Amino acid sequence: MTAEALYKLFWFMLEASGMTVKIFFFTLLFGLPLGLLVAVGRMSKFALIREPIKLYLLIMRGTPLILQLMFFCYAPYYIVGSTMSRVSAAILAFTLNYAAYFCEIYRSGIESIPAGQREAATILGFTKAQTFFKIILPQVIKRVLPPMGNEFMVLVKDTALANVIGVAELYQMATKNMSRSASILPLIMAGVFYLIMNAIVSKAFGCAEKRLDYYS
Amino acid sequence: MSIVSIRNVEKRFGKLEVLKDISLEVADGEIISVIGSSGSGKSTLLRCLTRLETVNGGTIVIDGDTMVETTDGKPVYAKEAVLKQIRLKTGLVFQNFNLFPHYTVLRNITEAPIHVAGQSREEATAEARRLLKKLGLEDKEDAYPCQLSGGQSQRVSIARALALKPKILFFDEPTSALDPELTGEVLRVIRSLTDLHMTMVIVTHEMAFAREISDRIIFMDQGVIVEDGTPEEVFGSENPRTREFLGNYNQSSI
Ligand SMILES: Nc1ncnc2c1ncn2[C@@H]1O[C@H](COP(=O)(O)OP(=O)(O)O)[C@@H](O)[C@H]1O
Ligand SMILES: [Mg+2]
Repeated sequence: MTAEALYKLFWFMLEASGMTVKIFFFTLLFGLPLGLLVAVGRMSKFALIREPIKLYLLIMRGTPLILQLMFFCYAPYYIVGSTMSRVSAAILAFTLNYAAYFCEIYRSGIESIPAGQREAATILGFTKAQTFFKIILPQVIKRVLPPMGNEFMVLVKDTALANVIGVAELYQMATKNMSRSASILPLIMAGVFYLIMNAIVSKAFGCAEKRLDYYS
Repeated sequence: MSIVSIRNVEKRFGKLEVLKDISLEVADGEIISVIGSSGSGKSTLLRCLTRLETVNGGTIVIDGDTMVETTDGKPVYAKEAVLKQIRLKTGLVFQNFNLFPHYTVLRNITEAPIHVAGQSREEATAEARRLLKKLGLEDKEDAYPCQLSGGQSQRVSIARALALKPKILFFDEPTSALDPELTGEVLRVIRSLTDLHMTMVIVTHEMAFAREISDRIIFMDQGVIVEDGTPEEVFGSENPRTREFLGNYNQSSI
């Protein structure tokens, strides 16, 4: 491969990474708050809220993500006769799937906070909302950082699954390029790109954990 | 006139009757110690008075406001506004401190006065510093709870409760989580609060302390109040259960 071809490949793959990053960010943007909301509902004392959420968690965690991607891509067409863009379908599928995992991470974090924290806040007169956002959530965030870091890194790699519904992300572009240029280099380059993204994610979580190290 | 009035209070956990027909009057400014062996329902009583638990029967009136009243066997709690008002008048110091680990000492104390009682930050901070000074913690305001000893943690938690200026302060075994050498510093602080003329109800296993500080001592056993009298009366009681409990204590303190 010539230097020029290599240079072109590099820019091409960088652009494809843009789509990967886009899916990653939108999944987090929607999935993280949704996961928290679902976690709160999952812990509700009302079965009418709790049980449907349990079913949602079972479906999302119990069926293949690749199948969910196909479902959200094609179901709108078969059910209501309209379609949404492939990227939107991918983001929707990733969001709903990852929110289920985020929910369980939040829930284990919330349940690990000693009951005394909530009781002390109650005695001091904090409302339920104040107690949650001022006392519980900050401590939960510290506790869920390590499992969240894992989840973020898996998400970076899972974005490759979006290729099954024809989203032009890094993996798809790499395989296309491989057959076009009859070279293994695109695959290696894609691997390096994923690796760099996850190195950044890992570093960011390391920094966040350090920042919250001031208390235990 | 009673500031705390408890009549026929009952509390069950499933089938387990933890409080059986408890009645107790606490006068304004009175200091009461509650003693009794582990599992006798002392914590549950304080938790019912602070609404961390709901009662299964009986009436609780705090400073003239009825918290819960039982008619036809059904306990009915007051409206939210009344409960909130009662909340502001009562404080609770826990055995395990339950300080907020992510806040500094100062913020642990000022957070509720600012966000619950609506004080200005300056006002709350000034009051917090005054309390820290009174409790011998003036150099700790920027520390985090994990940097404090048990005795310091408990003093901060007392300051946190005092910052809301409660009329009644409940203590649930405030020194039971502490090493013996740290117990003294916390007891000294509680003793120093007596000049605030605040009503205090203290669950404790420190018999000498209870005897010295209390106007009255309550001895609980298996969910009932067995003794209710002055320290002299309770420590001189002829009741076999009381004598056995206090006897065990005398033995273990030798
Ligand atoms: N939340 C609860 N659920 C079930 N049983 C409880 C609960 N809290 C306390 N108990 C039981 O109630 C009894 C009295 O407990 P407690 O009030 O903590 O006693 P004390 O403070 O005097 O040691 C004990 O037998 C305890 O196991
Ligand atoms: Mg107890």
